Amino acid sequence: MNDIKTGQNPLVEMRDIHISFGGVKAVDGVSIDLYPGEVVGVLGHNGAGKSTLIKVLSGAYKADTGQIIVDGHEAKIENARDARDNNIETIYQNLALADNLDAAQNLFLGREIVDKLGFLDDAAMEHKAREVLHRLNPNFHKFTSPVSALSGGQRQSVAIARALLFEARVLIMDEPCAALGVHETRMVGELIAQLKRDGLGILLISHDLHDVFDLSDRLHVMKNGKLVGTVPTKDVTHDDVLGMIILGKMPEHLMHLAGPGATNAPNKEALE
Amino acid sequence: MTRLLAKMEVDRRLVGLAVVLLVIWIGFDIASGGRFITPRNIFNLSVQTASVAVMACGMVLIIVTRHIDLSVGAMLGVLAMIMGVVQTDFLPQFLEYNHPMTWIITLLVGLIIGAAIGGVQGLAVGYLGVPAFIVTLGGLLVWRGAAWWVTQGRTVAPLDHNFMLLGGGIEGTIGATWSWIVAAVAIVAIIYAAIMERRRRLSFQFPVKPIWAEYTNTIIKAGLVLVAIITLNAYHLPERAAERILEDRGLPVTPENLMISHGIPIPLLIVALVAIVLTIVAKRTRFGRYVFAMGGNPQAAELAGINVKRMTVAVFALMGVLCAISAAISSARLQSAGNDLGTLDELRVIAAVVIGGTSLAGGVGTIYGALIGALVMQSLQSGMALLGVDTSLQSIVIGLVLVLAVFSDKYFHRRYSDPTS
Repeated sequence: MNDIKTGQNPLVEMRDIHISFGGVKAVDGVSIDLYPGEVVGVLGHNGAGKSTLIKVLSGAYKADTGQIIVDGHEAKIENARDARDNNIETIYQNLALADNLDAAQNLFLGREIVDKLGFLDDAAMEHKAREVLHRLNPNFHKFTSPVSALSGGQRQSVAIARALLFEARVLIMDEPCAALGVHETRMVGELIAQLKRDGLGILLISHDLHDVFDLSDRLHVMKNGKLVGTVPTKDVTHDDVLGMIILGKMPEHLMHLAGPGATNAPNKEALE
Repeated sequence: MTRLLAKMEVDRRLVGLAVVLLVIWIGFDIASGGRFITPRNIFNLSVQTASVAVMACGMVLIIVTRHIDLSVGAMLGVLAMIMGVVQTDFLPQFLEYNHPMTWIITLLVGLIIGAAIGGVQGLAVGYLGVPAFIVTLGGLLVWRGAAWWVTQGRTVAPLDHNFMLLGGGIEGTIGATWSWIVAAVAIVAIIYAAIMERRRRLSFQFPVKPIWAEYTNTIIKAGLVLVAIITLNAYHLPERAAERILEDRGLPVTPENLMISHGIPIPLLIVALVAIVLTIVAKRTRFGRYVFAMGGNPQAAELAGINVKRMTVAVFALMGVLCAISAAISSARLQSAGNDLGTLDELRVIAAVVIGGTSLAGGVGTIYGALIGALVMQSLQSGMALLGVDTSLQSIVIGLVLVLAVFSDKYFHRRYSDPTS
């Protein structure tokens, strides 16, 4: 499917996923894939079905039909725990952090380190937290403040560190740069670049093309529950992608990569 | 000053509370002509606070998880009645009066039924999704009604002799020698904990407090324990009771021998035990961590794999257990169980917790704060009673203080908390 990656197995593949809610086809026969060390954007308007599709992968929804293949084997993902067992971690838009707990406590929430007597070993957790966070973000120092006192970017660092700590190989980030300032957005960009170097596969979900364009290697674009197409970012312009998001139209020179959701409409329709 | 406290890693809110308490005590002492800060009054204050203080410890966890329990006073009532009947009507059928097992079985029955009542309310909150406010408001009516039904309104007395020791009183104390032993153990524990904590942080090369702050903290804590024990030991038994004890032991009745100290009242010992155990639970166990996570962000807790529903049941069941302990303390103190025992206690408990800095929005709160909150409430009430203030006026003052406490906490917190720390 992707000429750059021939010979390598995808980390995750979703094949022909269908899911409908009360007769509305939210996701209608969509297939996407993700390779190690790759950042892939999943783009589409609100209601295009991108969040629903991704929730199938993170275990929040169950697909009506379709397959999820992790490392070449079919995986059953029925809840968040299954996803985690397959090394798939999701970082939600509202940042699933407990604001009143500090960074280390959040990092280990649900998987605390305990000592021989079963008591929490906060020092050991803080130690590990410092290690992981330092690798991600050397400027991170507020280990003992509640995360409510952290900036948006620092909170993203904590959320990402939490995923890494659980040995995520696939990271799903829902609107990672929403509500972040310019500086913070750049920080998250650097984080993503680093994770990519470490060989993780990252899915970025966004309705805003500018958030993900510079970060992504490939883009899956969805509209009305269908995949418009998958394009290498380097081969397309912002306008090409906007056309895919808004009109569901593949750029002329990439027509061979079109998905079932692409229109066959000629160029002139776009001009109207 | 603020920076000094930060260096010592002392909770600023705690310092504020301690100052308020001190002002109240000194104020009443001056107004009453030196009758407030006396060993006798401090002793009584500690006994009177005990019942509310025990329940306040559990209420902290309830409120931290964003719930509320309005039924604690009614639970206390029904549990006191049940324990009263168990020890005076039921057990004497099998055991002789004042049998040493009576109080243990009675207390166990109370704790188990308390856990069951609390657990049922927790089930309704956690699994049925009925708001805690409603469940426990219903509970308030149900359990208060049930308290009447246990004996058709008859007050249960006299209680078991050993059981009544739980309420303090002349015999319900551990005496001077044991009080010193408790103090010694407490001080050793305080020093040991400080050393271990510092060593552990150093072994990971984490930043530590400056050593002078470490010393100051430890000395203040140990000093407070010492002052408390000296005060409680300075309160002597009334002459009559002392004479009787001396005669029992076959000792000569001399002026020196007559000076028998009360020492630590048993209810205070129970409060200390409950507070220490719950502080460890809150800070050092998964259970406690999850309680706080649920309060901070229930969704995050759920996504982290925490069984929020089961946790809710457990927290409410724990509250029920603590109500049983409080029921034992207060019925033992009054030497009888009446069906109106604990009326309005839910408000005292919640007020104590809130004054102690627990946020009704959830996620934030400390056990020791709630203890001081309970002491502030009881000090106001006792102090005004000492000055002969009308009960009606007492309620008005306490009501205003509650609102003022929460307001000033919000105000100072906003004003003096550094948004980046």
